[in-house]
Amino acid sequence: MKNNSRRGFMGKAFGAVAGVGAVASLYAMKRSWDPLPSVKAAGFTTLDMSQYKENELVVEKWRGKPIFVLKQSKEMLDTEDKNMSEITGKSTGTMDKKRLIKIGDDHFLVCVGLCTHLGCIPGYRPDKKNFLCACHGGMYDDTGMVTKSPPPRGLDIPPFKIDGMKLVLGESSPEYEQMLKDGITLKV
Amino acid sequence: MAHFTKATSMHDWLNQRLGIDTLNRVLATEYWIPKNINFLWAMGMILAITFGMLLISGIFLLMYYQPNVNLAFDSVNYTIMQEVGYGWLWRHVHGVAASVVFLIIYIHMFTGIYYGSYKKGREMIWISGMLLFVAFSAEAFSGYMLPWGQMSYWAGMVITNLFSMGGLHMDGLVEWIRGDYVPAQAYLNRFFMLHVLLIPLAIIGLIGLHFGALRIPHVNNQDGEEVDFDVEAKKYLAGDKANSKVIRFMNDFLAKDMMVVGIFLILFFYLVFYHYDFAMDPVNFDPANGLKTPTHIYPEWYFLWSYEILRPFSTNVGLIAFAFAQVIFFALPFLDRSPNAVPASRRGLFKIWFWAMLIDMIILTAMGKVPPIEPFGTIGFYAALTFFGLWIALPFITMFEKKV
Ligand code: HEM
Ligand code: FES
Repeated sequence: MKNNSRRGFMGKAFGAVAGVGAVASLYAMKRSWDPLPSVKAAGFTTLDMSQYKENELVVEKWRGKPIFVLKQSKEMLDTEDKNMSEITGKSTGTMDKKRLIKIGDDHFLVCVGLCTHLGCIPGYRPDKKNFLCACHGGMYDDTGMVTKSPPPRGLDIPPFKIDGMKLVLGESSPEYEQMLKDGITLKV
Repeated sequence: MAHFTKATSMHDWLNQRLGIDTLNRVLATEYWIPKNINFLWAMGMILAITFGMLLISGIFLLMYYQPNVNLAFDSVNYTIMQEVGYGWLWRHVHGVAASVVFLIIYIHMFTGIYYGSYKKGREMIWISGMLLFVAFSAEAFSGYMLPWGQMSYWAGMVITNLFSMGGLHMDGLVEWIRGDYVPAQAYLNRFFMLHVLLIPLAIIGLIGLHFGALRIPHVNNQDGEEVDFDVEAKKYLAGDKANSKVIRFMNDFLAKDMMVVGIFLILFFYLVFYHYDFAMDPVNFDPANGLKTPTHIYPEWYFLWSYEILRPFSTNVGLIAFAFAQVIFFALPFLDRSPNAVPASRRGLFKIWFWAMLIDMIILTAMGKVPPIEPFGTIGFYAALTFFGLWIALPFITMFEKKV
């Protein structure tokens, strides 16, 4: 009897030691799967915004991801106003323009070029002025707003900072914080 | 201390130390198999042998493969395919086996469903089988990453994105799985590890469990007959082989099994030598490029049915549907409320359920392959709804099934 309870105690003591060890090693394993600091630290791209042409999609690269840059033409901005006033019933829509970045007098769509559904790269169709994702047929308009599911939301906008005619990706700014606050984009 | 005597032969020497006679009796000569089974019961052996071929061909591929984003593509498409003597053979055996193994798994599963071999003590066979299915799926996916072609990269991107759990936006989890913002070196390395070590180990363990689970209930038979294995075995051992309902696993049954395996192997090597291309996606002969999606991304044929269940819905609903499809087969022994462990042909409504499920999954597979345009989108949508409808109906139709 006495012996038994001593064994029982030894079993429990071992269980406690092993439990601590198991949790500790799980933590170590989790940390070993984490992205390396060098991967995390790499991560700023500077774009010269004076080089882009209207309605011509250029694909840049930031953190290994494709970045869409689409300079808006006058006509594109007008359609956006028109579409928005149809949807909201208000005279001029500014809601949609909130997705755009204003640099000098120009408006740009700058977004991560990965479909918010499962991450394929949607293709831009300059004649139709929209994006089509070939994977599951999702569509976005020329401001990156989703117009046909399955994508659940518009194309994500990376953190940016306006610096004259330059745009720094990877660094936040009041303009970007405002976008986050307005729910225009998720944090990427 | 055990008692050892001077060995009279090599066999005796080993027998005293390892008990090989007992082992042979328990595992082979007195492991009883019913007589009334057909070639569909050879699928398990075919699977075991195909796994063996995957292992052997994999070992040779491993000698030249380079798990590095800059070298992987060439190490496969140039070094192994063109430089290594018979390297192409290992690659084609590996690719064809990886594809064919799923065809056999599906046949094996539907055989089990048809004959009710997941009931009355055979639940653990079914559950360990499903675990094998999941492990093989993970093994196939991780292997698909290794050549680092366009399909590797983009399938990797799309599948790992599933872990953001749609509306939950768990991007941190996705990045953790990848070890980077996008699939890159860390990603390739860890999937290489999974493919060549961790998952094969798990598969070997699960095969052991699967076989162990067969031991006590024994295999089912094509007539749904409840065989009393002890009584029948006694009859057989007493010399009444003709009237006994069972035979020895070895050599009696194995001879029959290996006959089917032989036919399978002839077909298999025909594919390896003359039609290996069906197992190799042409798009994957372009090196991975993170800035260009292939025009049409689709998984290998064996994942198409569950992919099609994901596709017609919005992200969140699609993910839930997909998760449901991945796990629901585990629940089969518990959703089938009927005690009848007999062929589906004798089970009334369940017979219709069986064929409807099989045909629905074939339709889903076909719709998953075509581009997401009409009318395929609509057909896929209704086929997906049918899939769920059938699972919801299962407990009800089996609850009222007449006892046979
Ligand atoms: C790829 C790995 C697998 C291997 C190597 C394997 C091997 C085997 C073997 C050798 C048998 C005995 C012979 C036979 O009845 O065919 C068997 C039986 C069985 N397996 Fe598997 N199997 C695998 C996967 C699966 C899967 C995915 C399922 C389904 C969930 C499954 C379900 C069953 C059932 C229900 C039986 C019993 C059949 C009966 O009693 O009539 N197995 N397996
Ligand atoms: S990844 Fe674009 S629609 Fe699915």
